[in-house]
Amino acid sequence: MADKVVRLPVVDGLGNTLRKDNWWVGPLVTFSVLSGFVVYATLRAFEGAHYAWGPYLSPLASPYFETRDLGVPLLTPAILILPFPGLFRFTCYYYRKAYYRAFALTPPACAVGGRAQGHYNGERKLLVFQNLHRYALYFALLFLVFLWHDFAKSLSWEGELGLGVGSLVIFLNCAFLTLYTTSCHSFRHLVGGSVDSYSTAPLGALRFRLWSAVSRLNVDHMAFAWISLAGVVLCDVYIRSVATGAIQDVRLL
Amino acid sequence: MAHEREGAGSSATKATLKIWRADAEVAGSGELVAYEVETYPGMVVLDAIHAVQAKQAPDLAVRWNCKAGRCGSCSAEINGKPKLLCMTRMSTFAPAEPIVVTPMKTWPLIKDLVTDVSHNYRVAKKIPPFAPRPRDADGRWRMQQEDIDRIQEFRKCIECFLCQDVCHVLRDHHETEEFVGPRFLIHLATLDMHPLDTVDRRPMIKDEFGIGYCNITRCCTEVCPEHIVLTDNGIIPLKERVADDFYDPLRWIARKLFPPKHKKRLPVLPDAEPARPLGVPAPANRAETVDAEE
Repeated sequence: MADKVVRLPVVDGLGNTLRKDNWWVGPLVTFSVLSGFVVYATLRAFEGAHYAWGPYLSPLASPYFETRDLGVPLLTPAILILPFPGLFRFTCYYYRKAYYRAFALTPPACAVGGRAQGHYNGERKLLVFQNLHRYALYFALLFLVFLWHDFAKSLSWEGELGLGVGSLVIFLNCAFLTLYTTSCHSFRHLVGGSVDSYSTAPLGALRFRLWSAVSRLNVDHMAFAWISLAGVVLCDVYIRSVATGAIQDVRLL
Repeated sequence: MAHEREGAGSSATKATLKIWRADAEVAGSGELVAYEVETYPGMVVLDAIHAVQAKQAPDLAVRWNCKAGRCGSCSAEINGKPKLLCMTRMSTFAPAEPIVVTPMKTWPLIKDLVTDVSHNYRVAKKIPPFAPRPRDADGRWRMQQEDIDRIQEFRKCIECFLCQDVCHVLRDHHETEEFVGPRFLIHLATLDMHPLDTVDRRPMIKDEFGIGYCNITRCCTEVCPEHIVLTDNGIIPLKERVADDFYDPLRWIARKLFPPKHKKRLPVLPDAEPARPLGVPAPANRAETVDAEE
């Protein structure tokens, strides 16, 4: 392009654009919400307390492993657990879009000049590990089992069936985490996306039906990503509030 | 014309277009020039450009053909957003605000709103073509609807190259020789997912075609006038397929233990046209691609 003789309406450079709309609102909201979540999760991870009350267990520390006896400084039950769902969200195909835009600014919005011009490698070098999202998915699927088990336990009050508001909060959290996990692009590939010819592949009809179902969920993967993120925080806030005595849990049954 | 009759009269509203005027053969040229046009119900930006051509600037260059969103010729940027001129209604803009119309940023400018998109045709030539398996004994190929549902979406592509224009890998980072861009990734997805195809293009998708450059920011999907979900339905499944072959140790072990029965073959590559950076003139005369006064 060195021999270019004409001027161009837009030149390269961070933020350079002719867009007239408020393109910066989306990345700013994403930056604020994701940063807020990271700060909250970090504070709760290092707080090391109030993860459980009665039959309720916070999703930030599920499955629960007692760490006090291990003698490792700063190690808490949440620190043991959070890397797994954290890695699932970090490598998620939706969140990648969100933080590449809002944090890495590559680019901040469509047709808006991005950062790192001349030094861009995409997901080829340092970020090539994003290709292992499927392994984070395997852990996420396992964690769903633990979380639904926690919900089942939340219905057991000293051996008897009961229902509190906390159980409903945990149920909603489990439901949205399940929708988020099963709408995942890697899950879509796993259940049938890798098949070229459903009519001739082993279990092809079943895999086509599964792939079709996950594809329908996948359309709303972004929505599930945000709702489930909020759900985890709200569930933890509720259980922490009950555990610290800030609010009283209400028994419905 | 009927719409001109509708627009005539005291109730006609006016809009201001700021159109990028430049000529690659005139050093230092390039500026936004304001034109005022009368608007009428149903008018699209291409109509307004034609009105400017007809009455104010007969040398204004714009590439167009069908005026129906089918040919993909009139791609440009309107108020900074990649769009088809013929599918963008004037009524979507506030009358008081000037509408800024500029050429696609990614491609070398030829004149005014016309850019040289021939790079895309060179990229297309690099992709090993569809190679079906042998016919069945009765001389036919058979496949079922569920086998090709996915790829029919990608065949809606009209090759307007708006996705290529907005892709920051091409637009900002100018990785035109290392990355084929979203339009060709969905073409590769079409071939890779095809139930009859026999060619293994995945090593090329990973290396020569540079799928790793894509960081799935989904701008290609946002601008597609055919509403093809390029990223989620084409590029991400292709990334997953590349991960199957090159990044997944469990899949690697499984392939060693249970080799696939119908392994695809690697392509036989013809002599490729030598790479030519964007902006370097093609050997052939490109003048016929510029339609200054249609």
